[in-house]
Amino acid sequence: METESIEKKEEQGQIVELVRKSLPEGNFGDVMIVGGGISGIQAALDLGTAGFKVYFVEKSPTVGGKMAHLDKTFPTNDCSMCIESPKFVECKRHPNIEMITYAEVESVKGEAGNFIVTVVKKPRYVDESKCTGCTVCVEYCPVKYPDQFNQGISKNKAIHIYFAQAIPLVTYIDESCLFLKEEKCQICVGACKTNAIDFSQVPEYMDIKVGAIIVSPGIEPFDPRSKAEYHYGEFINVVTAFDYERLLCATGPYEGEILRASDKRHPHNIAWLHCVGSRQVTEGGHSYCSAVCCTYTQKQVILTKDHDGDARCTIFHNDIRSYSKDFERFYQRTENLPGIRFIRSYVSIEREDPVTKNVTIRYSTPDGVQEEEFDMVVLSVGLVPPANLKKIADAFGIELNAHGFCKTNPVNPLETTRPGIFVSGAFQGPMDIPESVFTASGAGSLCGEILSYRRGNLSKARVYPPERDVSQEEPRIGVYVCHCGANIGRIVNVPETVAYSKTLPNVVHAEENLFICSTEAAAMLAKDIKERGLNRVIVAACTPRTHEPLFRDTLREAGINQYYYEMSNIREHCSWVHSKEKEAATEKAKDLIRMSAARVCHLEPLQEFDLPVNKVALVIGGGIAGMTSALSIANQGHEVHLIEKEKELGGVARRLHYTLEGLDVQAYLRDLIQKLYQHPLVHIYTNAVIPEATGYVGNFITTVKSDRGTMVIKHGAAVIAIGADVYTPTEYLYGEDERVITHLDLEEKITNRDERIMNAKSVVMIQCVGSRNEERNYCSKICCSESMKNALKLKEINPDMDIYILFRDVRTYGFKEDYYREAAGKGVRFVRYEPEDKPQVEPGEAEDGRPVLKVTLTDYILNKKLELDADVIALAAAIIPSAGSQEVSKLFKVALGPDGFCQEAHVKLRPVDFAAEGVYLCGIAHYPKLISETVGQAYGAAGRALTLLANDTVVASGSVCAVNEKMCMGCGACAPACTYGAIVFHDAKQGRKAEVIPVLCKGCGLCNSKCPTGAIQLKHYTDEELFGQILAGLSKNGDQTTH
Amino acid sequence: MSTEGKFKPKMLGIICNWCCYGGADLCGVSRFQYPTYIRLVRVMCSGRVDLKHIFLAFSNGVDGMFVGGCHINDCHYNPEGNYDALSMVNLCKKLLEHIGINPKRLRLEWVSAGEGIRFANIMNEFAKEIEELGPLGRNEGIDEAELKSRLEKMTKLIPYIKLAKMKKLALHDINQANEEGYVNLYTSEEIDSLIREAPSYYIDPTKCQACMTCARRCPVEAIISAKGQVHIIDQDKCIKCGTCLEACPPRFGAVTKIVGEPVPPPLPEDQRAIIRKGKEKEVA
Repeated sequence: METESIEKKEEQGQIVELVRKSLPEGNFGDVMIVGGGISGIQAALDLGTAGFKVYFVEKSPTVGGKMAHLDKTFPTNDCSMCIESPKFVECKRHPNIEMITYAEVESVKGEAGNFIVTVVKKPRYVDESKCTGCTVCVEYCPVKYPDQFNQGISKNKAIHIYFAQAIPLVTYIDESCLFLKEEKCQICVGACKTNAIDFSQVPEYMDIKVGAIIVSPGIEPFDPRSKAEYHYGEFINVVTAFDYERLLCATGPYEGEILRASDKRHPHNIAWLHCVGSRQVTEGGHSYCSAVCCTYTQKQVILTKDHDGDARCTIFHNDIRSYSKDFERFYQRTENLPGIRFIRSYVSIEREDPVTKNVTIRYSTPDGVQEEEFDMVVLSVGLVPPANLKKIADAFGIELNAHGFCKTNPVNPLETTRPGIFVSGAFQGPMDIPESVFTASGAGSLCGEILSYRRGNLSKARVYPPERDVSQEEPRIGVYVCHCGANIGRIVNVPETVAYSKTLPNVVHAEENLFICSTEAAAMLAKDIKERGLNRVIVAACTPRTHEPLFRDTLREAGINQYYYEMSNIREHCSWVHSKEKEAATEKAKDLIRMSAARVCHLEPLQEFDLPVNKVALVIGGGIAGMTSALSIANQGHEVHLIEKEKELGGVARRLHYTLEGLDVQAYLRDLIQKLYQHPLVHIYTNAVIPEATGYVGNFITTVKSDRGTMVIKHGAAVIAIGADVYTPTEYLYGEDERVITHLDLEEKITNRDERIMNAKSVVMIQCVGSRNEERNYCSKICCSESMKNALKLKEINPDMDIYILFRDVRTYGFKEDYYREAAGKGVRFVRYEPEDKPQVEPGEAEDGRPVLKVTLTDYILNKKLELDADVIALAAAIIPSAGSQEVSKLFKVALGPDGFCQEAHVKLRPVDFAAEGVYLCGIAHYPKLISETVGQAYGAAGRALTLLANDTVVASGSVCAVNEKMCMGCGACAPACTYGAIVFHDAKQGRKAEVIPVLCKGCGLCNSKCPTGAIQLKHYTDEELFGQILAGLSKNGDQTTH
Repeated sequence: MSTEGKFKPKMLGIICNWCCYGGADLCGVSRFQYPTYIRLVRVMCSGRVDLKHIFLAFSNGVDGMFVGGCHINDCHYNPEGNYDALSMVNLCKKLLEHIGINPKRLRLEWVSAGEGIRFANIMNEFAKEIEELGPLGRNEGIDEAELKSRLEKMTKLIPYIKLAKMKKLALHDINQANEEGYVNLYTSEEIDSLIREAPSYYIDPTKCQACMTCARRCPVEAIISAKGQVHIIDQDKCIKCGTCLEACPPRFGAVTKIVGEPVPPPLPEDQRAIIRKGKEKEVA
């Protein structure tokens, strides 16, 4: 038996070796990520940074996914593109990420550890290595067709860049091209100065060998064309929320103006219809709740009011599901705007006015059916699996669930049915951006678990030549003025600007270039630095926000400190915004270069410093979140110290017994605890407290007092998974009458076959007890699902039991909606109540004479008082922040949000990081969540921690503050300006002096503007540097200025 | 300055990298147009912008000064630096007003990286406003020399003002503060009395023991000192921080704070030598 398996292994090894030899060189990676939306981007960046070589495959011409199409993101209304696009650049520049866009996966052979993926790269008809993204070809292209990026509302050309921030920033030619259709035209070929256009391209097949795969194909918006009653595509002023998103956006079809397609006028009276394509069991609909539409609608309403303060907005809904972090406040913010109506009603779109093209909607109110006319109707469409999902599933050999999304392991939502292939993002089921991001980090952690043995083998680190010390030399500035094709050169007189630059002090060389960002120009620049002995470089071209890293890199390659680089933005801030004033624009370009030249002389060489990373992790909290995270980190070869305040591991899950999906929680928990205790790298501390924690990213020192005595633990990362508590109700006779219990009690009693529960004829469940009120202005998220779970369980035990759920909004988001439907189908009765008219509970007697609790409330549908008899009342008690959260927050200098839950670094894109580096969060410490969500987030925190722990060092920016001690008067003005705790004081001979801890400084410079003497200075943005720039901006060359 | 043709103001903006600079970039990407005479300087956070920067610009003839940051509560940095910018600009407007400069010449705006059109609108609007105001000083009815002197005097007071208002300048407690709360953060009366009460520090030559303690502690090297020589505060260099007052050993008590009165003239150089009682030997 044993020899057989060894033989088999050898045989497999030989096959793998043969396959390896047959593959072209270079196509070896660790992980392939398929799907370039925000989820795939996060997975690629995490894994690349954690030492794996990543192949990153995206089907469209650029990474970005659906997030790139959004105007803003809820609930912060951050600009979507602004927060996402820097991640594109990061992917592009990452030495361990190989991006393959406009490509799809055809098949996946092999098994976990040894997959061979066949990828087909579609022809772009543009050579990516030659195209500079100048878009001259786009201007010449004669074919206009509906722009997909703008939902087809505006037009684009057959050759174009998908959107302005696309990565790669190169054009592609789509099927509307005249040459591709009829072999006509080819104008673009002649227009291209770099000969990048190549109509001879054909689909390119490549086999890539990887050890693990993450699929993150994302979602599509529901297409309402499939349901005629919405009249989408028929009534011109009926749009989808995705269309509307583009209308709102400054890069949208009308440059950020909300206009009606029919008459290009601003709509003032707009209706949103919820649940379009969701929560429907009729033909063409989807039974699940799409989870994001309620809140994105509110976002659109707020933005509409920003655009037009007088706009009237009406939202037709059926429960407002503001279930996630800060959603409830967002809902209130929307509701409190003037001219906003939320109407709970099913609606139908009746007709379009033939002249005004206004749309009439019919809906029911307590006073009967009404009709109302609107200027525009927005369909809040749901999220559906991508159209070709079946094909994707077949290519990967994975199964789909009943809804057509990915079928996942019930205890691990990141595992598909095929080992070694993981899933992240909305392919798991409808979800918002933060969940897409942390599931990506989590899927990355799972890849790390199976590939940890080969981490670092294929990854590359950039190697640079040693830096030449030029600090004693006079500045020798080189100025490079870019034409950017015609973008700058057509407006700004580049030769004249170059000639002017040569007259500036310390400028020893100036020249022009067609595209300074092209690879060859960069090589020329590096050569110039060496041969001409340049020690400062100014590139006058586009924005430093995208291109500064590229040129800094060039300086490093040429052996010059990267902080000797300065960029004059003569495109975005000059030629593009002054396109009709050529002479004035040329003068401005000269001024901008003069300002840069003044600044660059003062620049200092700065060193980014490498901090050592202690490779040990500390996990605080031994519930499901903490344990899952700890185990995943340990499985990747890192020592983990797991701290639990109670005497046993398990957290709140010790009181849970089953989930909606049927998981045996106690068995799961036993298994998890056993794995942890058996793991050689996991150290468990129970009955533990943390008296002290100090240090910073990579180098924390934490004291732990526990059953094992007092220990000082040194660790590089910390995961905070301190869980949450359950509110002890004061309402509804809780604590006074033993028949009133919480859902946690009910679950235990059901499991223990408690007599009272088993014999109950009638159970009343009351939702939102202690949540969604003034004191706790948030939704506890899980209670609706919990009530469904217990109601279904009770119905299973006794189908005749009367069960009432008294609710405000039923928030069974995502696939939980199915259980809501099931409960309703099994006779569970749902009665809505209003917060100002809460149910009343008092002891009484039923008709049959048994003692009961009488529950009275108003039934808003029948418009009368209801009286219910309850043998048991189960309260959906609020989830409240853990009692220890304040303390942990102070110890690790991490923030708590307004509701007392842990505050992540960025709501959307850094959902499991704290702003304090090296500290991560997961589980219900962040916000109430279900077990499956907790598991996903716990893996996410582990994945993020690995991006730090997998490296020997962490790089800190050189642009940090420093104190000139002589000038410091110890006044203390700087310290309160810094909430990073980077400023400390010490007593020197000449009194109290401030000092900056560089590793904690984030380089904002707030302290500088408070300092009366100028003693504290942010390097790279010193007063001297800024003064130089300001003065040069206000003078002509040679002018006298007062300093 | 030529009076012919249309007045083209000098305008400068200092804007944050994360939002406003991005908005200015997007404005370019979207090809929204604005006047050519606006120059932009990039900083990492609008909270980095210093009173000194603004006064430097006005002292060098800027007609309109713009500060741009992220929308409130959107700051890239933990301490919500745009609240600091808000406080600084509100203070700066009061200071400008105090010396007779129209505070409208300084403008603070929030522009997100997605608001190219907003950036253009603000630039156009502000440029128009400044064009209407005319060259710095003219609209205010202050002649050039007078303007220069007032700006110089106020620039010199900046360290003192920063010290006096350090709490308000770093008031980024976002749980309590909001944008409205900042509107009346500084009152004109408050600024008037602040300026009125600006002290001078003076070393009493009869008390100074030439111990050099104050000179060593002075952050700006404003104390002319030598062993055995009465120390003199160079009033041109002095930033009114009061460190010398604190540093002077209490048994000497030589430094005094003078408010509302002129500072006595310094002793002529040849009269500065002192002979300490009982320490004649050492001096000799």
